[in-house]
Amino acid sequence: MKAYGNLKEKFIYMFIWLGAAFVAFTLLTIIAYVFVKGIGTISWEFITAIPSRMGKEGGISSAIVGTIYLTVVALLISTPLGIGSAVYLTEYQKRNSRFSRAVEMSAEALSGIPSIIFGLFGFIFFVIFLGLGWSILSGGLTLAIMILPTIMRTTQEALRAVPEEFRSNSLALGASKWQTISKIVLPSSAPGIVTGVILSIGRSVGETAAILLTAGSALGMPLLPTDPARSMSVHLYYLAAEGISMERAYGTALLLIVMILIINYLANLSLRRFTYRLKS
Amino acid sequence: MNDFRKKPGIDRSGIKEVFIEGLLLISALASILAIFLIIIFVFAKGLPLIAKVGVFKFLFSSTWDPVNGQFGIATMIAGSLAITLGALIWAVPLGLALSIFLSEIASPRIKGIMVPMIELLAGLPSVIYGFFGLVIIVPFIRDYLGGPGFSILAGSVILGIMVLPTIVNIARDAITVVPREYREGSLALGATQWETISRIVLPSASSGIITAIVLGMGRAVGETMAVVLITGNVTRMPESILSPVRSMTGNVVLEMGYATGDHQLALFATGVVLFVFIIILNALVSVGRKERV
Repeated sequence: MKAYGNLKEKFIYMFIWLGAAFVAFTLLTIIAYVFVKGIGTISWEFITAIPSRMGKEGGISSAIVGTIYLTVVALLISTPLGIGSAVYLTEYQKRNSRFSRAVEMSAEALSGIPSIIFGLFGFIFFVIFLGLGWSILSGGLTLAIMILPTIMRTTQEALRAVPEEFRSNSLALGASKWQTISKIVLPSSAPGIVTGVILSIGRSVGETAAILLTAGSALGMPLLPTDPARSMSVHLYYLAAEGISMERAYGTALLLIVMILIINYLANLSLRRFTYRLKS
Repeated sequence: MNDFRKKPGIDRSGIKEVFIEGLLLISALASILAIFLIIIFVFAKGLPLIAKVGVFKFLFSSTWDPVNGQFGIATMIAGSLAITLGALIWAVPLGLALSIFLSEIASPRIKGIMVPMIELLAGLPSVIYGFFGLVIIVPFIRDYLGGPGFSILAGSVILGIMVLPTIVNIARDAITVVPREYREGSLALGATQWETISRIVLPSASSGIITAIVLGMGRAVGETMAVVLITGNVTRMPESILSPVRSMTGNVVLEMGYATGDHQLALFATGVVLFVFIIILNALVSVGRKERV
């Protein structure tokens, strides 16, 4: 009986270890495969030239600029809103007050909505209803709503981690509430907030469906926020789905993965700094 | 926290304080406003067409022929459900195994390697997964299992990988919060580690694990770019797991670029059906959460 039990347990543990190994293997395979196949495409020209013939030739500079442009617009809108709402909820409202619950539930609902629905909304609201057309602005605004919950939640967690004495000491010294928040609470939670912003950059860079429906798929270099644009992820989609150029698709995928790797590394770095700062 | 808050007097800094509080309040309203606008605009575009076609016909007719005004999305509902179930069938057991591994078995060092890996898995853009599926999984299925390769199976394989992080993160949290005394009590009574995990820890974490599965399901149903690249996108009822299918999400992204009139409304209606599905899943999660409290 005992021997059978041991055998069974060994088997189960083996399954669990295999599962973990499988996941590690899959991730490394995806990254390694794209690296090996894509590295040959990467050149100065690929990064700096505008795509021509639908992307069959030239580079992907306009898609890189489009990605950065969209992300910056989204962050400019979403960062103040996300931090502002987190500050309001944690510093001005009692925890679990009715209003806090309503805002938190909305943010949670937002984070559960699939990106294609954001795309539909962005299209009908920003592109058509507000008349912004397929543009960086429409895409950036849509992205801003998508990343708002992330920024809000990480900021809330960072603010809650600031010890209560910091606030009471500052107030006791005669500082006003806003002085306390802006000079004491926000600076001590900054790395935590930065982590949330970095994670949102990752989400913006990788987002495809919503951008496809709101920013269009123009190949030219976007200059004004009202210009249509295509992001790297959208460009990769077209190259792969329509079989325009697999070689260029690998190159684009490689650049995207490198960006995501850097962003993830930075997020971990700032998170570690935050935990370190709180401990000391 | 608010107990020591003084009512600001009528001086300049007091006015500034009130002004700032107002600004913060407005930003806090943004999420509520956004969710309302999304629901109103998407439903207002999609519902009239569902009413015009008829709810029953829209959901259960398998004829999608926009040129002739035939709008039935049964094949796409079937497609979405098939790839979602196919993904969950293998991703749920694997995700659970990983959560147990990370919370009960792995040494801190291995955990330090695995957790960032799972974060990275969650951070990779869905179009990358789709691309990988297109160049590796689809040809593999075509060469070794037959059919066009673009299939429910291809979608299930890739979607399964994509929902793993969702399942692992939530299930792991649920397992981690099981009190240590439960484990120690069980071990002290002579149970082995696995008996403790399977009879004590997992049952105590069950509602969290169910939340993980439901949210993983929501992620899978709503996934777009990966699916559209690897499932073939034909509007036919699938016959086997090697058949190509079109998902509801795929329908929207494929045809939105050129659809006009009723056709465009029908794509919004497809979005409405997907949206309702997601709302039901989220409602299940919050009901479950309330019961736990």
